[in-house]
Amino acid sequence: MTAQHTPTHTIDMSSVLQGRTVDTEQTEACLKVENLNLFYGHKQALHGINMEMPKKKVTAYIGPSGCGKSTLLRCINRMNDLVDNVTIEGQILLDNENIYDKSVNVAALRRRVGMVFQKPNPFPKSIFENVCYGLRIQGINDKRILEETVENALRGAALWDEVKDRLHDNALGLSGGQQQRLVIARAIAIEPEVLLLDEPASALDPISTLKIEELINELKEKYTIVIVTHNMQQAARVSDYTAFMYMGELIEMGATSQLFTKPVKKQTEDYITGRYG
Amino acid sequence: MDNSKIGHHISEQFNKELEDLRNKVLTMGGLVEQQIELAVKAFTTGDVELAEQVIKQDNQVDALEMAIDLESCQILALRQPAAFDLRLLLTVIKVINELERVGDLAERIANMAIHLSDSIGKRDDYYELQHMADLVKEMLHEALDAFARMNIDTVTEITGRDENVDKEYSSILRQLITQMMEDPRNITRTLDILWTVRALERIGDHSRYICEHLIYMVKGEDVRHLTQAQLEKKVKG
Repeated sequence: MTAQHTPTHTIDMSSVLQGRTVDTEQTEACLKVENLNLFYGHKQALHGINMEMPKKKVTAYIGPSGCGKSTLLRCINRMNDLVDNVTIEGQILLDNENIYDKSVNVAALRRRVGMVFQKPNPFPKSIFENVCYGLRIQGINDKRILEETVENALRGAALWDEVKDRLHDNALGLSGGQQQRLVIARAIAIEPEVLLLDEPASALDPISTLKIEELINELKEKYTIVIVTHNMQQAARVSDYTAFMYMGELIEMGATSQLFTKPVKKQTEDYITGRYG
Repeated sequence: MDNSKIGHHISEQFNKELEDLRNKVLTMGGLVEQQIELAVKAFTTGDVELAEQVIKQDNQVDALEMAIDLESCQILALRQPAAFDLRLLLTVIKVINELERVGDLAERIANMAIHLSDSIGKRDDYYELQHMADLVKEMLHEALDAFARMNIDTVTEITGRDENVDKEYSSILRQLITQMMEDPRNITRTLDILWTVRALERIGDHSRYICEHLIYMVKGEDVRHLTQAQLEKKVKG
């Protein structure tokens, strides 16, 4: 054996030394929230929220119950329009267009901004019909397109291998974790730009939770993801940016790795370390 | 003792765990300080019995290190600490590593005391060595004190003293070299003394490292491998 260990070039250590930092070069904002106030009747639930959510990154909202994180998430696809007595001021820009502009078609907006809820809500139909539901209501009935879309969406949601032999069984027969991934598949079948996840794993067991988290990590290659979670470790694991909210206000937002090791605000520190402020 | 930094968790049990951890580190620190004190005394007075006691007691330091390591590991796994709590845990793990090394250095000094008592030659007065020992003991003591208070107001002053220790080390080294050149029969003895002085100098370094870990714990700034001036600037900034 010949020993040729003479280094001919210096070793590039930059990737080793960098640690887990967010790649700041690709942080073009996908969503911008500007001076957003929201009132339920007379009660103000969101106070002057300003934030940017970068494209193809995961942003997590954390905060105690009732701090407004779900309310804020719902604003992003105008779900709050369905609630009585809600007044919204300010604007949310999706790719620099105000989604609260009068000209915006809400159905079209929700095609661009998909949403997944805490409890999986599959329709009482077959797995196949659940996933292609969005296409069918758009009037697409070409069998070849539907089959292709369903397979891609189920693969994208890491569910294909588990259900490929029973696509025409009722979706309600799936386990909770599978149902949640099915709902995600349904959301991505119509190829949205943004995925809103409201506590997507809180009703699931730890293994299903890890599968969902792994899935989020894969999905961010294609979609901008915003997730609301009560589970701070989950926010720490899956997100690139974290926003801490308290009493309807955005207290602090920053790179997740920084926010969980060295938060700037004392309120954030108290919350993530489990102290009473 | 100021508990404002580790207390106030909603989980009272977690408060207790962190406080217990801090107390264990301080116990270990106290033990190590005592080890240095006794080892230096054994060395300067030629007390072999005392030196043997120091060597024996090093087990206790090692046992404490392992116990604290285990406890830290359990807290990390069960509590998943964040922010200050996380930095505290990481700091504890590093500080006890420094303390364990200091304990080993005290053991080395005790070994040199035993060596030296066997050898023949003139008895030195260890005036300068004693002075250097006092300096590093004080550094370690104050570093541990800062850890107990979880306050870094004084740490840059402590790290600054490491330069004085290094100067004393160089000065003693020069003297020892002169002694060796004067009479080669002194070499064996002088080397033993040299090891001891070297050990003291290293204790100064470890005290400095403890201060650096404390700065990380309190401010979240990594200040290792900086000059004293750079370090002061970071702490102020």
